[in-house]
Amino acid sequence: MIYLELLLGFLRVGCFTFGGGYAAIPLIRDVVLSYGWLTEERLTYMIAVSEGTPGPIMINLATYVGSSQAGFLGAVLATFSVVFPSFCVILLILILLKNLLQNPNVKAVLAGMQPCVVGIIMATGAFMTLKSLRTGGVLDVRSVVIALILGVLVIWGKKLIKRNLSAIQLILLSAVMGILFYGIG
Amino acid sequence: MKKANPNGLAFLLDYVILGKIGGVCLLELFLTFAKIGLFTIGGGYAMVAVIEDACVNQKKWISHEEMMDLLVIAESTPGPIAINCSTYIGYRKRGIWGAAAATLGTVTPSFVIIFIISMFLDNFLEITLIANAFRGMKAGVGIVILNAGWKMLKKVPKTAMSRGIVIFGFGAMLLINILSLRISAITLMLLTGFLSLAVYRGKEGVQK
Repeated sequence: MIYLELLLGFLRVGCFTFGGGYAAIPLIRDVVLSYGWLTEERLTYMIAVSEGTPGPIMINLATYVGSSQAGFLGAVLATFSVVFPSFCVILLILILLKNLLQNPNVKAVLAGMQPCVVGIIMATGAFMTLKSLRTGGVLDVRSVVIALILGVLVIWGKKLIKRNLSAIQLILLSAVMGILFYGIG
Repeated sequence: MKKANPNGLAFLLDYVILGKIGGVCLLELFLTFAKIGLFTIGGGYAMVAVIEDACVNQKKWISHEEMMDLLVIAESTPGPIAINCSTYIGYRKRGIWGAAAATLGTVTPSFVIIFIISMFLDNFLEITLIANAFRGMKAGVGIVILNAGWKMLKKVPKTAMSRGIVIFGFGAMLLINILSLRISAITLMLLTGFLSLAVYRGKEGVQK
């Protein structure tokens, strides 16, 4: 049943997004693709939309996935599920376990998970970049050019244009390049 | 504590929502965080600055020191930092209901905006101009994620163990993606969490 799947899937995401919004992307990708809720392409589009709209990426993605699968109720359920674990953990720390985060064992587990999250995020970014370079199994030269331009701006932004572009600026720039390279229709 | 007003709805409005008991009212918590949720694009640390400005400088709900403590907690607990902050500050001001009101406030603008987009996205994508913009964005998304990971990498402690875990996480996740293995990222995180626990168990002074 879709409602139960949304609930369980997003509770799982909510429990394990350590390290802020970007940590949610690999986990949501995991859940969404394994349940077959969205195609990879549509999910990528929504990640772009989530970066360019207000609010945390995790919330935006959960709302979209829930809505696309089961309408308004699905959106409410997915959003609730993704927020609920973090809500409970904060309350738990405030009310019962004030020293939870000082516990050496908890610290040890977190110290092991956090670097892993960084690796997972980078692998997801790298994989999605590589995947975007191909359309229908063929190398898409225009995508390669877009990715190269963005890559250069990310790495040498300070030198070339005297500033580092923010995530939303990079997304907008890639949208503009998409229109320029693929045509205005 | 005052006795409940016989008229339930009026009680709810007067005492619970408008805050005639206990200082900050729930509505104010909700609206403050809804404003923060509405006007911060990109999430994460962009939101922290806005939250600090609203809750520490303007409303004086918590002190600067408490905000610093809160950020430490937020970084070590699951969920977006904005959600962690709103739950924490809401609870500090009005208990569990305050936490719920503030968190709901942070979520609501995102929810409404994305829900509306979700209803029209398919129609939008039929417009070639927009479809092409999205084709361009497809290349951008991966780069943005990679860049976010790269920034986080700089904050990872420079110990052999941490670096090893980053490389393991990167390699394993890339392999999982390329080979379409059915192993979850969560499995990898739990694995390294337990590994670290086995190494540092009971010891103070874990390098974080």
